[in-house]
Amino acid sequence: MSGEFEPLIIGFTCNWCSYRAADMAGTARFKYPPNIRLLRLMCSGRLDPTFVLKAFREGADGVLITGCHPGECHYIEQNYKALRRVLLLKRLLGSMGLNPERVKLVWASAAEGGRLAREISSFVEHVRALGPLGWPQRAMANGRYAAREEIEEVPA
Amino acid sequence: MTSANGKRQIPRIGVYVCHCGSNIAGTVDVEEVAKWAKERLGEQGVVVAKEYKFMCSSLGQELIAEDIRKERLDRVVVAACSPHLHEKTFRGAAARAGLNPYLCEMTSIREQVSWVHTDKILATEKAKALISGTVARVREHSPLESITVPINETTLVVGGGIAGIQAALEIANTGHPVYLVEREPSIGGHMAQFDKTFPTLDCAACILTPRMSEAGSHPGIHLLTWSEVEQVEGYVGNFTVSVRKKARYVNTELCTGCGICWQKCPKNVLDDKFEVGLGYRKAIYTPFEQAVPRFPVIDRETCTYFEKGTCKACEKFCPTGAIALEQQDELVSFQVGNIVLATGYDLFDARRVPQYGYGRLPNVFTSLEFERMCNAAGPTNGDIVLRDGKTVPKTVGIIHCVGSRDRNYNNYCSAICCMQSLKFAHLVKERTGAEVYNFYIDLRTTAKDYDEFYQRVLEEGTLFVRGRVAEIIDGAQLPGGDERMVIQVEDTLAGCQRHIPVDMVVLSAALEPRADAGEVAKQFGISCSSNGWFTERHPKLDPVATMTEGIFIAGCATGPRDIPNTVAQGSATAARVVSYIAQAELALEPIRASVAEATCSGCRICNGLCPFNAIVFHEDRMVTEIMTALCQGCGTCVAACPAGAITCTGFSNDQVIAQIEGMMAVAFQPEPV
Repeated sequence: MSGEFEPLIIGFTCNWCSYRAADMAGTARFKYPPNIRLLRLMCSGRLDPTFVLKAFREGADGVLITGCHPGECHYIEQNYKALRRVLLLKRLLGSMGLNPERVKLVWASAAEGGRLAREISSFVEHVRALGPLGWPQRAMANGRYAAREEIEEVPA
Repeated sequence: MTSANGKRQIPRIGVYVCHCGSNIAGTVDVEEVAKWAKERLGEQGVVVAKEYKFMCSSLGQELIAEDIRKERLDRVVVAACSPHLHEKTFRGAAARAGLNPYLCEMTSIREQVSWVHTDKILATEKAKALISGTVARVREHSPLESITVPINETTLVVGGGIAGIQAALEIANTGHPVYLVEREPSIGGHMAQFDKTFPTLDCAACILTPRMSEAGSHPGIHLLTWSEVEQVEGYVGNFTVSVRKKARYVNTELCTGCGICWQKCPKNVLDDKFEVGLGYRKAIYTPFEQAVPRFPVIDRETCTYFEKGTCKACEKFCPTGAIALEQQDELVSFQVGNIVLATGYDLFDARRVPQYGYGRLPNVFTSLEFERMCNAAGPTNGDIVLRDGKTVPKTVGIIHCVGSRDRNYNNYCSAICCMQSLKFAHLVKERTGAEVYNFYIDLRTTAKDYDEFYQRVLEEGTLFVRGRVAEIIDGAQLPGGDERMVIQVEDTLAGCQRHIPVDMVVLSAALEPRADAGEVAKQFGISCSSNGWFTERHPKLDPVATMTEGIFIAGCATGPRDIPNTVAQGSATAARVVSYIAQAELALEPIRASVAEATCSGCRICNGLCPFNAIVFHEDRMVTEIMTALCQGCGTCVAACPAGAITCTGFSNDQVIAQIEGMMAVAFQPEPV
């Protein structure tokens, strides 16, 4: 781990599927990189987009959002609302100059520990390739909000 | 956390890091983590941080309880396994020490750290980050009271096979009513099709039919056959179920089950369900003689009246006038407190293995066909004969693991095929004296008296060849061959190829999840494993419960299993259901959303988001209210509220934001040593 950029990722998981998929990945000893820190919500529908912005504000390089497969939501259909919000959020991020690829939505059922581990691994590598976001340093350098041109990652 | 006068109090938090033997301590430096938490999270209010070999043990729990009392802790963080495993345990320990249980929070450093990461330094840092996040989160907690719901004493059992019958009888015998729903015309399930049952060789019908009639005549069991569950709403204690009673075209109030109608019916139909294509039934029929209930159904697809508008032989001859050709499907709806799903399995379609020739070679049979053939009430009256209906085979090959333990089809072991194949071998020997070959990969005879049965079949002279059969060759195609088939197999014990001519082949086909298991799971709000079987709450410690409270599972719907196991599971679900009923009410997680009326602007953005209709809008006051009794706590409305007027206990904005801050407070790069 010397010298190479190590991305830090916050993962929001649904209590009923992907959190259990993470449990299962553990029980089955599937390995994935330690760059992700998972936070449990009851449902992907609970994901307030500001949570994602907050994660970036605190220095995360990427955010993974996981929920039940479409049609399998524990709360009937709330994962569709999560999907709508994530799509909207990605457009918002793009217009703010952030690369929307720093946010990824993944469906993983409670039985898909292996799939979750693979998705985490590939997302870590993807964010590693995107490079550090460093939002706190970028946007808040010298104690002032930076001008938009200074922080822009992708053209709006 | 604020005191009565609004001033922020500094909490007193205890952090407990579990070794879990070497499960966690092998990868995470637990001593270092505990030391770090005490030193670096002191500002957050951590006053105690300890590590212990097994936190979940009574000594570990006592350690926490003692600290709560002595150190006046008002928050507890346990860094151990998944909260799905031991949250209850530690909340219970906290409660016993006088702390509100919802002020105790777990973080998973086993499933999410030590078991999935290998680098010790990075794993230790991640454990610190997770604990830091949880400490920040628990600071925002407030004491909660669990919500109690009353439990309706009526139970729905879906599936009338032996698992469902057993569950229904056990529950009904305690005096609580049961609805037993079966989609076929009769209860009995697959077991009713079998001949003998291993290893005791008692006849399936002799042990099953008394149970069937007991269930059929039980005053506490309301039988709904030829019916399917259409809709399920509600939650544990209070589900509303709608069932479609398919039109039988027979008035069950008048029918006596005398059987004149199916004797008089002129239409013979190949029975591809109960007799698996080996026998015939009429267009008006009961699947078998001992059917429960005894009322027949008319098969719309094949009945001449429904095809051409004439015939009505059944109506003419029915002595009680019970035939009701104008009958329509009927929807019935009722309330239940708990649901047992015992929907069984489908047999693997052996046509999917083309090299075994099922469907192409006439004398290749599936296990279920062979069961019907052996059955004295079956299409051949119990004679083991070739497809021509008269020739007795001289050599029979039985092939194990067809469609199971095969990565082309199903990876899992179907659990029953070994014993079933041994039973077939015994029956062939006993009834025909033919030479029998068993082609197996491994012999799995693990339950009580199973291996003894294997020894017995060995002594009877059945031949065993270890190896997966490569192909069943049509003998007529071979130079110098006869009408016999030739089984080509690599004998992995002798290390040679064998070509064994046989008259008959029986394929011990795999057990597969019902084709519609996924839809049923969705309907009842439970999940399926990657193989398609219903998922249990815990594979070892809670094998008949599901993640959804009030929904229980039994029998082959949960995975391949034999009859003793299936019956045990049926009883187990009954015990779980009756225990809920006996408690009269159940405590649920108090994770619920609520609206701060003063902040609600009445924008109604949240109004359309709730699938449980828990959100109501008061036109008079122009505010939204969330009905606690209906709210399930998903939090979707909380995330949507632009005014921040909706909050959710357990997962408030403050709690989540604090957790993000806490998690991110630990940098990824380990500090240089």
